[in-house]
This record gives sequence, structure tokens and C-alpha cells, in this order.
Amino acid sequence: MKSLIVFINKELCEQYRSGRMVILGIVFILLGIMNPAIAKLTPWLLEAMADSLAESGMIVTDVTVSAMDSWVQFYKNIPMGLIAFLLLESSIFTKEYASGTLILSLTKGLARYKVVVSKSVVLTILWTVCYGMCFGITYGYNAYFWDNATAQNLFFSVFCWWLFGVLTIALTVLFSTLLRSNSGVLLGVGGTILVCYLVGLLPQAAKIMPTRLLETTPLLHGASLPNTYMIAILSTAILGLLCFILSIPLFNKKQL
Amino acid sequence: MDILRMTELYKRFGDQEVLRGLTLSVPEHSIYGFIGKNGAGKTTTMKMILGLLKADSGSIVVHGEPVVYGQTSTNQYLGYLPDVPAFYSFMTAREYLHFCGKMTGFKKAEGEARSQELLELVGLGDEKHRIRGFSRGMKQRLGIAQALLNRPKLLICDEPTSALDPVGRKEILDILVAAREQTTVLFSTHILSDVERICTDVAFLNNGVVEIQGKLSDIKTRYRSREYCIETENEEDLLALRQAFPAMKPLDQNSLTFCEDALSPFDALRFVSDKQIPLRKLERMEPSLESLFLEVAQK
Repeated sequence: MKSLIVFINKELCEQYRSGRMVILGIVFILLGIMNPAIAKLTPWLLEAMADSLAESGMIVTDVTVSAMDSWVQFYKNIPMGLIAFLLLESSIFTKEYASGTLILSLTKGLARYKVVVSKSVVLTILWTVCYGMCFGITYGYNAYFWDNATAQNLFFSVFCWWLFGVLTIALTVLFSTLLRSNSGVLLGVGGTILVCYLVGLLPQAAKIMPTRLLETTPLLHGASLPNTYMIAILSTAILGLLCFILSIPLFNKKQL
Repeated sequence: MDILRMTELYKRFGDQEVLRGLTLSVPEHSIYGFIGKNGAGKTTTMKMILGLLKADSGSIVVHGEPVVYGQTSTNQYLGYLPDVPAFYSFMTAREYLHFCGKMTGFKKAEGEARSQELLELVGLGDEKHRIRGFSRGMKQRLGIAQALLNRPKLLICDEPTSALDPVGRKEILDILVAAREQTTVLFSTHILSDVERICTDVAFLNNGVVEIQGKLSDIKTRYRSREYCIETENEEDLLALRQAFPAMKPLDQNSLTFCEDALSPFDALRFVSDKQIPLRKLERMEPSLESLFLEVAQK
């Protein structure tokens, strides 16, 4: 247990000193500010463009924005945040393979599964904090300018997206124990999500696939009910857990 | 007692058979030189001892416990210095040793005291910079410090001196000699002068098997050549010797060589004594490790 905490601390220290923590913080804070800012600027933007829109036959009348617009923007922006997160963090294992830094830790008697567990924990903590920060900022501004109550199932939809993020982390860990290169890991994660998306296009599979969790707008409008997401939540959780569990024996047998 | 015993190790990479039944025992408190050409399988063997590589067959026992690939419990007895040690470069040397100490299970105060002691042993006591800016020699010294941290029963060094300048090499060798009081040292190398300088035992690895192993002094005795060399003050005496003993062959301008089988050295000495020939030296030629190495490698 002690060595696990020591290794987690080392990971956090590395995140901080390598500057990745700061970059992620900036990205997610900016995204958090952008959501209400874009909603707030929409009437002004439309007004400024009213003349050119009128020429093409569109007449701008009274534009009203609410917290809903900001939340819709939130779900448009958060994929960018997740991509930035994956780009920065996908090398968490492969960098150590390439430099050989793990060898000395393992020859100190550190059990191999603890490497997998501590890196998974650190990634999940980072994702939760970054995502939480982005959400908190948007929530605060929205409450100040408008009323968050207009968005329905808000916390549920936020949870759905968070869970999807955790699944991508699980996939990152799994592919990192299988492959040696950073680009391979990214391709593996991206490819798996693409397959989920394509299979999700089939009406019979749509409700089961993890990509269902990304359909948050109908939830906000109240057009979908949370209980229709339960199967997707369950399948995502099981898939994520399987990835984590499978990574351990794979990493145990990995030649370093 | 043997701290490490390897029996009938086989390892193949693709169609290349690297180890073909390697058997080796390392006695406690020795400095064991593990000698072989580049690519002979020294690093492969060491990684197997650490459970980082899987042997195709054979067994490895460290301090009475078998080594299992992928598991790290036997590593508590081992300290390892890779040929190019890689550290977390965002840490300072002290932070890195603390990190290792905590992972080994040291208490905070104990870890700090041990780190300080080792940093001083390897001459990094006042180093405050991050490892990122370290020279190769400094990294090698930090590598020894981290390997000695948990007071290992066996210190394994993979070519610790190969990439260093003469000063750096001397420093590392001195540290290894100092470490012998606390531990057993197994180090691989192809620099034979290092072996002659500090090793008590040696093994020659060639073609995937250990060709010769044992105490350095025993090996030297066993392979002691039966050749003698005699050197005189004057060239005329040399001629007299050659005429008296046709078995003597000229070695260079002032000396002759002869084989014990063809001529007893006592007969030669009697002749020298009778004729009152002033001698510079009469010596039994020592086999150099180099000649042994070449002999083994050419087999």
C-alpha cells in the first residue's frame, strides 16, 4: 500500500513538474469560461451580422439566450478538452517504456500491478478534477447570468460524459500495456471509440453503446429520460472495468 | 554459500540462440567479473536474474529463492545498475533516492539518513540540480547509490565502466570495492583491466555458455603457462645459453624463452650459476586475462 502511494505521488509530481497539469488546467478553465461567454455573446454576434443575414433572407428579431445555450455549448466544447487530455496523457506508460525508468522501480521490488493501478488512479483523478473545474466554472457563470434550472437532468448528463471520459482512460491504460508507442495507443483508443460510434448507428445497438452517453442534448431538453441511458452506463462501466482488469495480467507479462 | 545460482539457462530470440545452457554460481562477498564479447548474452542473463526477461528453460535461485518472470519478490535481495541507467529526470538525486527508499519500505528518517550516506559515498552529497542536467558519470554514480540503497545481498552492474573516462572508471571501481564489504558484486564487462583490478572471481561467457569460471587466482594458476623467460645483462651470455640449450628460443634482443617440458628451469639455473652469468631476470610468464579471453573467444 505504501509503495502504491509513493508511486502515485511520483506520478502527480511528474504531472506538475512536466507542466502537463498546468496546461490541462488552463485548457479546461478556458473551456469553462468559453461556454457562458459564447452564449452571452450570441445576441450581440447575431445583431452585428443582422445586415448580412437580412440579405440572405433571414431576419434577426429578439434573440434570447438562457443557461440552456451555455450547457449545449459545454457539451460541444468538452470533446476538445477530452482530446487535449488524451493527447497529453497517452504517453504516461510509453514514455517510461522508451526511457527505461520503470526498470529501476521494478527492480526495487515494486509490484507491477501497482504501476497500472497508480497510473490509472492518477489519470482518473486528473480527468475528474479538470472536468469538474470546467463544469464548476460554467455552472457558476450560468447561475449568475441565468438560471440553471432550465437545463433538465443536468447532473445526470454531466455524469454520463464523465463516465465516457473514464472509459477512454481505461482504454488508454489497456492499449498502453499492449503497445509500446504513443501513436499506437492513440490509434487504439480512437479506433475503439470509432467502432463504438459506427456500431451505435445501428438502431438495435444504439442504446447499448458507450457513445450513447454523448447524446446529452435530448437529456437537457427533457426529450430523453435518464432511465433510457442505464444500459449504456452499465455497458460502459463493465467495459471500462474489464479494460483495467485485463491490463494487469498483460502488464505482468510485458517485456520491459 | 552461493548468493546466486543459475542452472542450465536457455534463451532464444527468434532464430538466434543467445544462451545455451548457462550454469553459474556466485559465492557470497565476492566481486564477480562476468566477461564476454559484445552480444555474448551478458545483459540478457542479468535481466533474467531480475525477472525482467523470461528464460526459455533453466532455473535461477537468488538467496535460496527461485526467480519468477514478471514477479519482483526476489528483487528485494538485489540491487541493479543497468548499462545506461534511466532516472526520473524531473527529480533531484536526493529526491530520487528518497523515492526509492520509500518504495523499499524505509521509514522517513531512515531513508533520509541512508540517502545522505550513499550520496556522500558516490560523491553527490552537495548536488542540488535535477537529474536532467547530470553527466554520464554522475548518472552512473547515482545508479550505484540507488542500487545499494536497500542494502542488497547482491549488486548487479551491467557494464558500469564502459562509457566512462579513466577518472570516472576509477571512481566507479573504487565504489565497487568499497561496496564489497556490505554485499556481493556481479558485474559484466569486456574491459579486462577492470577485472584484474578488482575481481575475486570471474566467468567467461562465450557462445551462450560459461567456458571458464572460478577464483581469478585459481584460473590464473590453472592456465599458468609453462613458458619461462630469461634475460641477461650481455648479449654474449645469451649466445652461450642458446648454444648450451637449443630448446631456448629468442624472445627479443635481450631475452630468451623456453618451455618447461623441453628444459627444466633448474638445469638452466645451474648453468647460469656455474658460468656466473649476470641475470636481469628469470620469470615464469603469467597468462594475461586478455590471452585467456582470446583463447576462449576463438574456440
